[in-house]
Amino acid sequence: MKVEQISIFIENKSGRLAEITRILGEAGINIRALSLADTSDFGILRLIVNDGVKANAVLKEKGFTVNMTEVVAVEVPDRPGGLSAILQALDRDAINVEYMYAFVERCGGNAVIIFRFDETDKAIATLNAQNFNMLEGNRLYNM
Amino acid sequence: MFFNEEFETLPRQALEAVQLKRLQSTLERVYANVPFYKASFDSAGIKPSVVNCLADLQKLPFTTKQDMRDSYPYGLFAAPMDEIVRIHASSGTTGKPTVVGYTQKDISTWSELMARSFVAAGAHKGDIIHNAYGYGLFTGGLGAHYGAERLGASVIPISGGNTKRQIMIMQDFGSTVLTCTPSYSLFMAEEAQAEGIDFQKLKLRVGIFGAEPWSEEMRGEIEQKLNLTAIDIYGLSEIMGPGVAIECIEAKSGLHIWEDHFIPEIINPETGELLPEGERGELVITTITKQGIPLIRYRTRDITSLTYEPCICGRTHARIARMSGRSDDMLIIRGVNVFPSQIEAVLVSIEGIEPHYMLIVDRQGTMDTLTVQVEVSEHLFSDEIKVLQALSRRVEKEIKDMLGVTCTAKLVEPKTIQRSEGKAKRVTDNRKLS
Repeated sequence: MKVEQISIFIENKSGRLAEITRILGEAGINIRALSLADTSDFGILRLIVNDGVKANAVLKEKGFTVNMTEVVAVEVPDRPGGLSAILQALDRDAINVEYMYAFVERCGGNAVIIFRFDETDKAIATLNAQNFNMLEGNRLYNM
Repeated sequence: MFFNEEFETLPRQALEAVQLKRLQSTLERVYANVPFYKASFDSAGIKPSVVNCLADLQKLPFTTKQDMRDSYPYGLFAAPMDEIVRIHASSGTTGKPTVVGYTQKDISTWSELMARSFVAAGAHKGDIIHNAYGYGLFTGGLGAHYGAERLGASVIPISGGNTKRQIMIMQDFGSTVLTCTPSYSLFMAEEAQAEGIDFQKLKLRVGIFGAEPWSEEMRGEIEQKLNLTAIDIYGLSEIMGPGVAIECIEAKSGLHIWEDHFIPEIINPETGELLPEGERGELVITTITKQGIPLIRYRTRDITSLTYEPCICGRTHARIARMSGRSDDMLIIRGVNVFPSQIEAVLVSIEGIEPHYMLIVDRQGTMDTLTVQVEVSEHLFSDEIKVLQALSRRVEKEIKDMLGVTCTAKLVEPKTIQRSEGKAKRVTDNRKLS
């Protein structure tokens, strides 16, 4: 139920995002979802790609600081209150969301939210118990 | 182990008798041969003959780097040019270089003192000495080279730069002793790691590092990454070059300064007054055997302290503490004295921080600002902003706690801080102070 996400440290200076996407493009890596967190000095680019291991390797080779984290991709029903139901269930079990970002699934048209939890396994158990649909890594990578 | 046991273990009284005799003859010689010293002694109202004991040395005026610049290039030479067999010069980052000349005897003395230094560091005949100090006008390369030959070791005169080749040669030639700047040794370790070469498998046993100030924490880092014993060596071209003082491998606690050739003093850099044993101040050295360019009470600008306590190695020569900076490297930030080496010590104590950093000093309005750039290594990196921000705050807090100066820590991408294959540049001062 876990999805591999790669995170890249980016100094706040021009051209860094262009450089990263160029390296990934040249390595034939496809980006599925992304989010950029930023502060005044630096940013963290988080990506779900079709080949995380390869992306990690090519970026490291170019001198970037990269790490891989496990996140959870949850399908959100396309109706008012869809996301709220998920967050309420997590809140009841006292699970914290470190960060989250959303994208829209290509085939089903549902929104998918990528969550980073403080306790990933506990979160998965909660979401399972409430019958929320989580996407397998492979489905996401090969979307 | 000693190279010259008799002189290295000379009882204090005998050593001081040698010093006085050599000092007196040096003073006579510079007074007679160097117009600068004649003028300087005359204007202080002193004749060399008034020096009857070592304590009289403090009556003499200092020699400064500016005096050497004013005498550029050969004005302070005490031997005629046809006796000078070698000329070296400092890098001259702030104007004209300072020039030094050596007679044949000076080269021989230097070789011996450098050979003594190698032995003190635990090297011996049969070692393969990988000399990565730069060869050229800089004294590092040739100084260590002649010492290694005098010792009877095999010296590889590889000089600085071309790091990949350095590592290949170290591996293939079976180098056992490495000589270079401490920052370059860490750069080598980084390159070796990238090349997939394991320092644990190399034959290196001892590293002799100098030419820039470094910290005890950095020693730990080097010893661990390069799998060797790291020894601190001190020297400066004005006085001789490398091998003026060195740590003994037995104690690794303070650097023995070869007192049968140099007389050290510690002064208050502001007032010039002599400080008591153990107090930190500027190192002043008088050369007492040099012929080419003897210097009387030369202000080194290096900050250290001096101890005459007996050492477990058996050497009777005084020890100077690890250099904690240079009086002219000292940054004054909002009135607080800060040495880059102190900041380095704080950084290296934080787990996971690489000892590559850059200090940027600026002035906004009337306020000085200090920015400490730190590279984000894989160990430190997190996908969560709050973790990285906590790291920045920790760096800021520890520097504030240890040094009393407020700074801004800025995380930068790995390997973006300039690496040096010689002396590392750690400070950019953008203040326009005039």
